[in-house]
Amino acid sequence: MLAFVEGVGLVGPGLRGWQASRAILAGKQAYCSAPTTVAASELLPAAERRRAGMPVKLALAAGQEAFAIAGRDTAATPTVFASSSGDCDNVHHILEALAATERQVSPTRFHNSVHNAAAGYWSIATQCRAPSTSLCGHDLSFAAGLLEAMSQVAFTGAPVGLIAYDHPYPEPLHATRPIHGELCVALLLAPQATARAVAALQVTFMPQEMDASSAADPGLEALRTGVPAARCLPLLAALARGTRETVILECVAATHLHVAVTPCA
Amino acid sequence: MQALAISHFSIVNCLGGGSRAVADALRDRRSGLAPCDFDTVALDTHIGRVHGLEALPVRPDLGAYDCRNNRLAQLGLELDGFAGAVAQARDRYSAARIGVFMGTSTSGMLEAELAFRSRDPGTGALPPRFRYAGTQNSFSLADFVQRYLGLQGPACVVSTACSSSAKVFGNAARMIAAGICDAAVVGGVDTLCLTTLYGFHSLELTARGPCRPFDAERDGISIGEGAGFALLERVGARTDASAPQLLGIGESCDAHHMSTPHPDGLGARLAMQRALESAGLAAASIDYVNLHGTGTRTNDAAEDRAVSSLFDAATPCNSTKGATGHLLGAAGITEIIISILAIERGFMPGSAHTRRVDSAMQCNYLIETRTASVRRVLSNSFGFGGSNCSVVLGAGG
Repeated sequence: MLAFVEGVGLVGPGLRGWQASRAILAGKQAYCSAPTTVAASELLPAAERRRAGMPVKLALAAGQEAFAIAGRDTAATPTVFASSSGDCDNVHHILEALAATERQVSPTRFHNSVHNAAAGYWSIATQCRAPSTSLCGHDLSFAAGLLEAMSQVAFTGAPVGLIAYDHPYPEPLHATRPIHGELCVALLLAPQATARAVAALQVTFMPQEMDASSAADPGLEALRTGVPAARCLPLLAALARGTRETVILECVAATHLHVAVTPCA
Repeated sequence: MQALAISHFSIVNCLGGGSRAVADALRDRRSGLAPCDFDTVALDTHIGRVHGLEALPVRPDLGAYDCRNNRLAQLGLELDGFAGAVAQARDRYSAARIGVFMGTSTSGMLEAELAFRSRDPGTGALPPRFRYAGTQNSFSLADFVQRYLGLQGPACVVSTACSSSAKVFGNAARMIAAGICDAAVVGGVDTLCLTTLYGFHSLELTARGPCRPFDAERDGISIGEGAGFALLERVGARTDASAPQLLGIGESCDAHHMSTPHPDGLGARLAMQRALESAGLAAASIDYVNLHGTGTRTNDAAEDRAVSSLFDAATPCNSTKGATGHLLGAAGITEIIISILAIERGFMPGSAHTRRVDSAMQCNYLIETRTASVRRVLSNSFGFGGSNCSVVLGAGG
């Protein structure tokens, strides 16, 4: 399946936007991990901005960056969201409330507990009524989202925004399911090579064992293995380098995605 | 879109296990809803419970996935000869050419709820028996189903609240069209847990008695549990010409509110329009609409406006949630299979517990079961986050 990357968005530890991170990902500048900083988007109405958890902030920050670079209309573009665990703070609070005697669950926490909460807030913020889906593939959610986004581009012949995010659970779930930081990546994928196209992606599903691509920098490699959404980093590094290369992403059940990245002139 | 054959399916919920039990109950307008007796839940509401799961652990080699949700998945996979039919498809196509796309809202969340009640008093740690990946994580369901059936194609969980297991039909259609798969197992499973029971109660959306969709006195939903699975293949030499078909699918967002539908059903209408366009059909060619019809004041009113704006006032429609309860992440697949049963068995199911249709409703809401030839059905599934999905099903050859 073929699609063209028109825009990239990124927010993560020491990665403050795609433009600011390109040199780091390309290996031209040292990577220094630092706590992820992200503010609630101005696009959200005041009530929703107050209720928005970390995933919503992450998704809007990275998503808006990718759409701005691509110059695409957020209100008209379908989206694919991918995450291992949704809003982990929110789930923690509900589980604590349910373990208490009174079992007082907050209505806002309950509606924020759905895996598609970030997608719901995105659609409200952007006034987008185009189709949107929210996927989960545990550690391999990014690859599941990329495969789905590519199939949508092929099926509809229209651009799609892919937004993958993850952030940590508080304890005690953190000990059982450690996620080491907050990260969100967004890719605007288009069916044709427009003037804005950065690179072509040719994605092939490989139902076999392969060696997944890793990050050269030890800090970035720790991030890649520590946060499910950061499994995107080898692909972003290829886009940042602007060279023709192949990236292998692990998928569920010992399958892989073979991603041939070809820069656009 | 290119129509796909729905060559096999299975279903289980509070009406019973297997297509026949569910179809008979629907035809008789029976309901499986009963006063809530789940776990330690102290809420004045009705539920649609599948009894006996406590004594049905998952296959020993998949013990890491043992939880109520995967137990119900296993029960469903073994009904209606479904697992056997998938094994035959695996021989035809190979394991790597069959995708698994599952919908769930809460997966094995109950396990996490129980674990939080058993935290170490000193350290706060969760009990060592708690396994996150195989239970609480949403992907657990697709992971379990893929392993249970011995498949190795693409797999993921779609978790978009109550539209989840309708949307998986879209994932399958796209993967088959792209040539990544030759066939796909789609479905959904959701099971009772405290998060949804207390959560919907906090929003004042649970009915006191059994839910009464579209009734003038409706007062909310009844939460149920259930599983459903379907095997999708390209229509052709390898499928039975009489197999029912997936004709079209439409998806949309409300872009309005996280838990309240757009008052005019704008997103719902868009999903139905897109489903009809995808099927290449006019609204007039739909014989029966299986509504989302949850039984809340606002949901039913908004859906009525959307349906009435698109379909002729005579088009028969109703909701089967008075019989099954609201199966949340499994609602889509359940009602798609009910739509197929309507086509195959020639009846439009009655609407259990609905006594008097709200006079404000415009659509032709059926209370009693009707025996009729049903060729094409549109089924609606709408969820939190304003996630909408409509699916068009049709009779085979």
